Amino acid sequence: MAWVNQDKCAIVGVGATDYYVRGKSWPRTINDMAAEAIMNACADAGISHKQIDGFSYYSTAGAGYLDKFDTASLMETLGMPHISWSATLTSGGGGCPGAIGLATAGLMNEDCTYTVTLMALQQLPQHRLGVVFGAAAPNPENSFLQPSGLVGPGHLMSVLARRHMHLYGTTQDAFGEVVMATRANTHNRPKAVRKEPLTKEQYDASVMLADPLRRLDFCLETDGAVAVITTTMDRAKDCRHKPAVVHAAAHGGQREWGRAFAWMGMPDPHFASSGHKFTADRVWAQSGLTAKDMDVALIYDHFSPMVLMQLEDYGFCEKGEGNDYVLSGKLRYDPATGKGVNGGVPVNTHGGNLNEAYIIGMTHIVEGVEQVRGTAINQVKDAEFALVSGGPASLPVSSLILRKD
Amino acid sequence: MTYGPARALPGDQIRITTNPDTEPFWQAAKEGRLTACQCGECGHFRMPPTAICPECGSRAKNWPTLPGTATIFSFAICNKNPKNGEDYVYVPVVVDLDGAPGTRLNANVSGCDAEDVHIGMKVSVDWTPIQDGWVLPNFKA
Ligand SMILES: [Zn+2]
Repeated sequence: MAWVNQDKCAIVGVGATDYYVRGKSWPRTINDMAAEAIMNACADAGISHKQIDGFSYYSTAGAGYLDKFDTASLMETLGMPHISWSATLTSGGGGCPGAIGLATAGLMNEDCTYTVTLMALQQLPQHRLGVVFGAAAPNPENSFLQPSGLVGPGHLMSVLARRHMHLYGTTQDAFGEVVMATRANTHNRPKAVRKEPLTKEQYDASVMLADPLRRLDFCLETDGAVAVITTTMDRAKDCRHKPAVVHAAAHGGQREWGRAFAWMGMPDPHFASSGHKFTADRVWAQSGLTAKDMDVALIYDHFSPMVLMQLEDYGFCEKGEGNDYVLSGKLRYDPATGKGVNGGVPVNTHGGNLNEAYIIGMTHIVEGVEQVRGTAINQVKDAEFALVSGGPASLPVSSLILRKD
Repeated sequence: MTYGPARALPGDQIRITTNPDTEPFWQAAKEGRLTACQCGECGHFRMPPTAICPECGSRAKNWPTLPGTATIFSFAICNKNPKNGEDYVYVPVVVDLDGAPGTRLNANVSGCDAEDVHIGMKVSVDWTPIQDGWVLPNFKA
């Protein structure tokens, strides 16, 4: 059944700071970067930042899991006269596109008029995401995981990738193709961190960090901030750009995905998956669309195998066929035609977390907005629908479909 | 790739904490007894131990002694000690526990070369003393 809030709200502004290699943003403060991103997003929308009256966060309003966003501090920093909505999705980066659904809830409830969704990230030595689980103090739950030395997100995902390889014959070559296909989209992006073309030889020479995953299978470690503004469609008509219409948005997950990042109890076939099947089914049901209707897919890519597993969970290919789907080049964007390759839907036309920058999923939303506006640097021809995903991670994870106005 | 012998991470660098729901598991480990949390009402196993059975909602618990054998469900091969970054080959494994259907443990495996670890491999429990007098279940090939 169609979602009751379908096409009633839109993203009208996107803004970002520069992207910095981990730790290089200092002495800028995290609130400085957050405020710049918000003000840039408001300028893009053609509104004053003082018109914002709502915050829709994710990752439990955590910046890099250690700092916290504080609505009161941001209000004071930006001089916002009042707020009437401040809400956050629980769990981690998997909630990123779901935070737009949360904004829609506030807007449709007439609690607020313009909401901002924000991530600012500053990975100083004591704040590295890659070591955050290992550095955490022992607690009764992580005492069943930490002693094994599965201490970073990449370790955890490598175990899932290994099971996928075992069950379906998936190869490291497919992980490499995910990295190379999305790297090919960054050479013309001024702010991208990794812009050089990547050869298979270079990928194969990349150091093995958690066998079967190489360093290049891991996303970047980046500092920076990104913000987006969501409002109702009637207000969106008065904004500067064509609205990126919120066509469907879902967050959640099913019990079999379990505690994911905190424990490895998931049964087959969920273990060797992205845990996205539940929200994938929900956005397709909400929208009446399928993967094949998407013109572009912005797939959360903290680790390359998880892109392959999401393509399966969203139905771009059948479960277990991700290896062949990826290796047939179907992730690639062809600049000559502005379309996909070999009948595929182009994935991460901005380069993604693996190549452009890792702001915990926000860059995927920005790219989705620019694609349906028709202003993307690697514009997909006649793009009408863009899928954005958040996660795999602890639940909830989330999904969003943006539509051209 | 060739990694050489898989070694468990040094026990003197490992700390755990417990709460009333999990402590019986760790007390049994101190006695060299591998157990898992079983519902006292419906018999469903769950790990890590939690307050309430997710199947039937009961608070009753049993802690049966398991055979101490397991099957490797998945694994990674790592080559840096996470505590200090030194070169150190270890193999984190996710194992299915014999005698407690549906339960797993995350541990290290030793007693073989890292490149010889494989899914489906049978392993048996191997106790590693860790900080504060606790004992950690690892596995050996
Ligand atoms: Zn029960």
